[in-house]
Amino acid sequence: MPRAFTPKVVTANALLEGDVVYLDAQGHWTRDHAKADLIEDQGTAEIRLLEAQAQAHEIVGAYLADAQAGPHGPEPIHFREAFRTRGPSNYAHGKQADGVTTE
Amino acid sequence: MYAYTDFDRDFLAERNAQFRAQVARRIDGSLTEDEFKPLRLMNGLYLQLHAYMLRVAIPYGTLNAAQMRQLAMIADRWDKGYGHFTTRQNIQYNWPELRDVPDMLDALGEVGMHAIQTSGNTIRNVTADHFAGAAAEEIADPRPIAELIRQWSTDHPEFQFLGRKFKIAVTGSVQDRAVTAAHDIGLRLVERDGQLGAMVLVGGGLGRTPMIGKILNDFVALDDLLPYLEAIVAVYNLLGRRDNKYKARIKITVHENGIEEIRARVDAEFPARKAAFNGADMDILKRIEADFAAPKFEDGQGAFPTHYQHDPVFRSFVDTNTTAHRHPDYAILTVSTKAHGATPGDATSDQMRVLADLAETYAHNELRISHEQNVILPHLPKKHLRAVHAALAEAGLATANVGLISDIIACPGMDYCALATARSIPVAQEIAERFEQLKLEHEVGPLKIKISGCINACGHHHVGHIGILGLDRAGVENYQITLGGDGGPDAVIGERAGPGFAYDEVTDAIERLVRAYLDVRQDPSETFLDTYRRLGAAPFKAALYPEEAKANAA
Repeated sequence: MPRAFTPKVVTANALLEGDVVYLDAQGHWTRDHAKADLIEDQGTAEIRLLEAQAQAHEIVGAYLADAQAGPHGPEPIHFREAFRTRGPSNYAHGKQADGVTTE
Repeated sequence: MYAYTDFDRDFLAERNAQFRAQVARRIDGSLTEDEFKPLRLMNGLYLQLHAYMLRVAIPYGTLNAAQMRQLAMIADRWDKGYGHFTTRQNIQYNWPELRDVPDMLDALGEVGMHAIQTSGNTIRNVTADHFAGAAAEEIADPRPIAELIRQWSTDHPEFQFLGRKFKIAVTGSVQDRAVTAAHDIGLRLVERDGQLGAMVLVGGGLGRTPMIGKILNDFVALDDLLPYLEAIVAVYNLLGRRDNKYKARIKITVHENGIEEIRARVDAEFPARKAAFNGADMDILKRIEADFAAPKFEDGQGAFPTHYQHDPVFRSFVDTNTTAHRHPDYAILTVSTKAHGATPGDATSDQMRVLADLAETYAHNELRISHEQNVILPHLPKKHLRAVHAALAEAGLATANVGLISDIIACPGMDYCALATARSIPVAQEIAERFEQLKLEHEVGPLKIKISGCINACGHHHVGHIGILGLDRAGVENYQITLGGDGGPDAVIGERAGPGFAYDEVTDAIERLVRAYLDVRQDPSETFLDTYRRLGAAPFKAALYPEEAKANAA
């Protein structure tokens, strides 16, 4: 039996600032993981990744990251992706300083 | 200190203009990321976890007050008001924006600094003993050789696309503060029959396959050194593997072919290389050496002996953070960036300016960055030590912990680095704070803890007396501990102690290790490393894994 598909979000870094960004359901890039489009099937995930990779004028290094539904929107599963939603733990820099994180 | 010539300045200006155009073409879409990435990496620009990162070279760790002030200005203007000093004597800015980087590089160029070859598969920033030109026991100042190597390797057309990155370190002291045995090439300056030369080690390196360098040649005369290095890198460039990036470093080439085969190939390559040099490099070396002439040292200690005798806080600072200078009235002062709970290697722009002012006012306008992520005033008259201590205290830079348990090397880890598999910085912070609370640090004495957030070992954990390696185990941060590593002249790779620890177990584990050492050491003069070498791993493993020890005893 094929393994069950783990839902995904499309993520990348913004070209100019390097910020972590996510693709929303409208095809726009958001800095808030909770506003990302949570993709529930493999085929859609691959298509959305291709769409993202075509936007090289806006972003760098798009990939699919595992996520799950939460009360306020998609939440990361792996700790690496959780760090990417907020910023470093030694300073209040990055998303936590910008008030983007929903945690 | 080496002063850049008009040629150097023109070269940097031209190179920066070239990169400015490349950035513009990436932003307007003329260049794809695949095309742009190698270009930005050639100029030290990475894309990390949360932002871009610009890695700036501080060649052989030496800089002057004007350069330090410029680093501070850059931190304020284009970053978040701080910089991070690394284990390869670089400074990294963690938050630049792409369109600002050409301006940052121009600002660096104004003071003779750059980010060239701080990345990519090329010969990286050449590192050296951070006490060069100052240490009492030094055989020769390694910096002129390091600068000669920098000039030779910068934009060397043959070596811009090696199989992997290539790191060279130079020491002029038997103490080997440059960890030469853990570099692709390590050079140890030695004297033979009154002539200066270099012992050449090759094939050292940490990372996923840690290896101690092997002696390729125990004496290479200085006028043969550059062609000899060129022969080594040429042999590696040809023979090194390119089928697997994890097997592409010269340490693997040496391991797979044997040191005898590498020596034979280098010896065969050398004559043609030597013929191409014609001695011009030695003329350049003479000019470089003149730039590194020692400052004019002043005699006298002023009120230093009185202050030392009557002020215990000052005395502790001096005892812990200074090293013997070649002139008896001077000290080498190491300024710790590791205040308890601070991020190892970070300095704010204000702190950088304080250090620049102190270097200019009291210490012959010279600073160093060590591979241990501290800042050094290499030529500080003892008569000024108290004033310097007071100024450092005001700037939060007077922590008396150099060489102690909280003087931890920690790579940026998963708080910043895209390659990391776990965090390093908060682990270092927590260990430092724990031992500050326990007030055990000075009782424990010399102990080097080094932490890496991934197998690439930027935190040099393999050569830590206690090494900590952060990994991802089934989606959870997990930390392996190694014991008995040493980066000194008789370098040793530490041994893995056993299963790893969860993030919230690491500090307790380190405390158990250290308490075990205090229990079994012969007397306070026996260091942690000495005790480990005397007794082996058993008492330390028992402390790390008490349940297992209990089960074995039952």
